[in-house]
Amino acid sequence: MAREAYITGIGMSEVGVRLTRSPMGLTMDAIREAVADAGLTLDQIDGVATYPGKMQTFLGFSPIGVDDVIETCGLKTRWHSGAAEATAQLGAIADAAAAVRSGLARHIICFRTVYEAAAMARPEEFPPLERRKDITGNSQWVSPFGAFSAACWTAQFAMRHMKRYGMTREQLAQIAINDHRNAALNPRAMVDEPLTLEKYMETRMISSPFCLWDCDRFTDASTVVIVSAGDALDEVKTTPIRIAATAGSCDRYSWDQAEWASAYPTGRDLWLNTDYTVNDLDMVQLYDGFAFQPITWLEGLGICAVGEGHKFIEGGTRIALDGELPMNTGGGQLGWGRLHGFGFAFEAVVQLRGEGGARQIKGDPGLAVATSGGGPMAAALLLARD
Amino acid sequence: MTWQRSRIRLDKDNRAFWTGGANGQLSICKCNDCGGFTHPPREFCRHCQSENVAAHAVAGTGVIDTYTVNYQKWAPDMEVPFVIARVRLDGAEDVCLTTNIINCPVDSVDIDDRVQVVFEEQDGIWYPLFERMV
Repeated sequence: MAREAYITGIGMSEVGVRLTRSPMGLTMDAIREAVADAGLTLDQIDGVATYPGKMQTFLGFSPIGVDDVIETCGLKTRWHSGAAEATAQLGAIADAAAAVRSGLARHIICFRTVYEAAAMARPEEFPPLERRKDITGNSQWVSPFGAFSAACWTAQFAMRHMKRYGMTREQLAQIAINDHRNAALNPRAMVDEPLTLEKYMETRMISSPFCLWDCDRFTDASTVVIVSAGDALDEVKTTPIRIAATAGSCDRYSWDQAEWASAYPTGRDLWLNTDYTVNDLDMVQLYDGFAFQPITWLEGLGICAVGEGHKFIEGGTRIALDGELPMNTGGGQLGWGRLHGFGFAFEAVVQLRGEGGARQIKGDPGLAVATSGGGPMAAALLLARD
Repeated sequence: MTWQRSRIRLDKDNRAFWTGGANGQLSICKCNDCGGFTHPPREFCRHCQSENVAAHAVAGTGVIDTYTVNYQKWAPDMEVPFVIARVRLDGAEDVCLTTNIINCPVDSVDIDDRVQVVFEEQDGIWYPLFERMV
């Protein structure tokens, strides 16, 4: 127990677009809920982790940093991290797990606050990013060609699956349809009605094969997960969810040089760090900022073979709440909102505790995978209820 | 496309790539020791970590590895739709470029199409675009 890491508390602010509550206000709402959920008080928190940390150049993307949380909450911390170059969004939770396993902290607030919708609506307060002057770094290789958005980068991987492996738009559509169906059962989700295949097929394209429904939308929200050390569980009141394994592998740190997104090596390597096997999974919470990404995770994790992911989700029955492997049970980012990775860990904990209400999957689930990232970024968590 | 492309800040590593088009050359960083290519260009060879790297003019032909037809106006002056593609270069193993496929209808582009470079100059930057070979 001493060298294990657990998720002991979860919290989330209101999830919406163009919210007027401040980014720190949303963050505090989520922190208070998570700390109370765990049965802790702020003076028991001795660590903070976030992804990517405050980004001054694009404040809507990440307006709150570790410093804001330490100062606002009056914390005395022994460990913290806010790392844009972490493996991916959920890498913040993986790093926190490593910290508590090492004895560096006992209870760590892990948070992700997004404010892109509100920031776009209030440019005087949140100056928009200048994307076309003095471009350096990795964006110079894509943005001059109009590929400003990860939609355009991810769409090319999806197009290759269509041409090479025969993926159809009807198959791809099951990601968004499944997300909408599950979100409609989730009172905290932004989407509250199902999406039909007919409506999907007639909606305008963004970057082929992605239509509007395949892309998450800017969201204002904060999500918090408390990671606790195994020898501190007597201080918490919830059913602890063990972080049984983590992974974050990368073969090429590039969106356009890599043959495969990092979901493939990361999914493969997750199983090197545990005695569980892919057949033990009761559900999957797979990053879906763009609809194709869960297909890469299904293949990367070995749930199906490379080039078979679209067949696995065909018709949507296998990944539905009552299917053999429920996926994105809270609605994912296409249904719940762009919580930027942290929503998948949150929802895995909800389901493993059996607190999913109308969307709770049956069969007393004990093992879930939560992932985040696209392109060169990938992080996976294996979460278990012992 | 006539819209304003992102203006690159030139440095010692990327200058040859973004200005080689002035001489009609597509320049990719190559190692003079092991012969491997490094893209994006860097101070060190990514294969053998040699510092003996230099810009090397490649043929400027390649094949479409994958692509997308972009319909979204990410900037107000953008003319849509247009094709964004990943082109695998001939003679530069494992190097791909994100680029645009121009001078053809967007729905005529396909994976494995053979393409050749055409440069578009804006404000001293020579953007390598590609068109299909006939």
